[in-house]
Amino acid sequence: MTTVLVLAERDSSNGTVKKTTLELLTLARRLGEPQVVWFGDQGSEAASVLGEYGASAVHVVGGQDMADHPVVPIVDVLQDLVAELDAKAVLVPSSADGKEAAGRLAVRIGSGVITDAVDINESGVATQSVFGGSTVVHSTVTHGIGIYTVRPNSVAPAPAPTTCTVVDVDTTASEAAKTARVVERTVAGKGGRPELTEAAVVVSGGRGVGGAEGFEVIEKLADSLGAAVGASRAATDAGWYPHLYQVGQTGKTVSPQLYIANGISGAIQHRAGMQTSKVVVVVNKDAEAPLFELADFGVVGDLFEVVPQLTDEIDSRSN
Amino acid sequence: MKIAVCVKQVPDTWAEKTLSAADSTLDRAAADGVLNELDEYAVEEALQVAEAHGGELTVVSMGPERAAETVRKALSMGADAGIHIVDDSLHGSDAIATSAVLAAALEGRGFDLIVFGSESTDARMSVIPAMVAERLGIAQLTFAQRVSLSGSDVTIERVTDYGFDTVTGSTPAVISVVEKINEPRYPSFKGIMAAKKKPVDTVTVADLGLEAATVGQAAAWSAVEDFAARPPKPAGTVVTDEGDGGSRIAAYLTEQKFI
Repeated sequence: MTTVLVLAERDSSNGTVKKTTLELLTLARRLGEPQVVWFGDQGSEAASVLGEYGASAVHVVGGQDMADHPVVPIVDVLQDLVAELDAKAVLVPSSADGKEAAGRLAVRIGSGVITDAVDINESGVATQSVFGGSTVVHSTVTHGIGIYTVRPNSVAPAPAPTTCTVVDVDTTASEAAKTARVVERTVAGKGGRPELTEAAVVVSGGRGVGGAEGFEVIEKLADSLGAAVGASRAATDAGWYPHLYQVGQTGKTVSPQLYIANGISGAIQHRAGMQTSKVVVVVNKDAEAPLFELADFGVVGDLFEVVPQLTDEIDSRSN
Repeated sequence: MKIAVCVKQVPDTWAEKTLSAADSTLDRAAADGVLNELDEYAVEEALQVAEAHGGELTVVSMGPERAAETVRKALSMGADAGIHIVDDSLHGSDAIATSAVLAAALEGRGFDLIVFGSESTDARMSVIPAMVAERLGIAQLTFAQRVSLSGSDVTIERVTDYGFDTVTGSTPAVISVVEKINEPRYPSFKGIMAAKKKPVDTVTVADLGLEAATVGQAAAWSAVEDFAARPPKPAGTVVTDEGDGGSRIAAYLTEQKFI
């Protein structure tokens, strides 16, 4: 059976398996038998859930030495395992680390690389959604093995239970890895909410929110739905909400089940980051706002009237 | 200190982008070409480093003839010299070939820092800086929201999903910067005039010691099978708030089983 390597993504707060990893396993099974590469501790605890989604092995790369350097240790381990297991494809998450590791691995082992796949079929044909979601492209890797980075929320994780063996990878940082070192990790985001790129529901605010204090109503709606909070560039540029949460062409790309846009007009800049959301709800005072073109359901009205009413309704229904 | 800043000409950020029916590459003629927005931050950061620590800034760009305008734009912001890699054989190059070409142009010139924007607004792969670091075998300090230098030590704040990592390395290093690391300057009239006299080296693939057969679309290691415009979304329901807007969304979300 063909081996396919999957780089695990872990929750940054508690180190457990992230849903994106299960999505990658679901896609990887179409190409062969997935084996997971896991950096850090808790690898053996993760084996049961990884096995449930079809991983036959988890290669656990422990040791602080490997964790202290960005990106390159991932490339080193993937390179070794591709050779050792004769892997025919590598799937990594479309995070900064994932994309950079995929790029370096492609150069190092002489393979093509496809980034931001939203689907991969049995023949290795990847689907990409480009130019802000306006164009759907099918691509293949034509040289070497298939290296893919996959966007979160691209596929529903489907279980396929098997026994997952834990393999310890005993290695130390290479000279290439040692050229950069992480000296401190800083949590700067607003805690307690799901991560923007992998949230099932995103509630976002734009120019119409009017100021930093206006985001309180956006956050309350988000919390009633267990959602992540996003912001348009107008809102982050104005300093109303941290830049980390910008959705758009130069910010994060999200593809949630539900996207609720409040006071966002819908310039290409913003649409590029959310166009592939499954269901879009738009609230805007301006009936001419272009984002209404993407709305499955839209309300022309004052968000400071509409949003709190919606939040109250959701709270009362869930109580 | 010798600093290189790598820039790309891309279709105007606000323009609708399309692929060419003939060869599935980006239709660059269909929109105005501009300096990639993220690269403006890279030029600004490089200028600030050069101003604070002393140094000479070279703009490097690979692109068709009209990308010369983009090199001039960076020169008008204050860069000292340019290298424009232009060759018909480069059309349709993938990231692998692009990184090889850039690495060949950068190698052996003694650059202490090589600065990039964290992505281009057209391809959005975010892999070129890492690939160039891999090829040159130097430190990769990417996705920086802050850059500081002390002697040959370079420290950056690498943006992560949870905040940032403080990462250090030594020169020579590849840096990529994210949006909002700084406020890019507008070229002054004086800068625009001065840019016209600054030296720009136009180099070919052969000048870099590379075979034309190793770059371009035919040599790419990935290929587009087909593409199509996303089918337009069927029109949704839009209502005007009459005091019940929030309740109507709640009813819709219930119907869609979100609540």
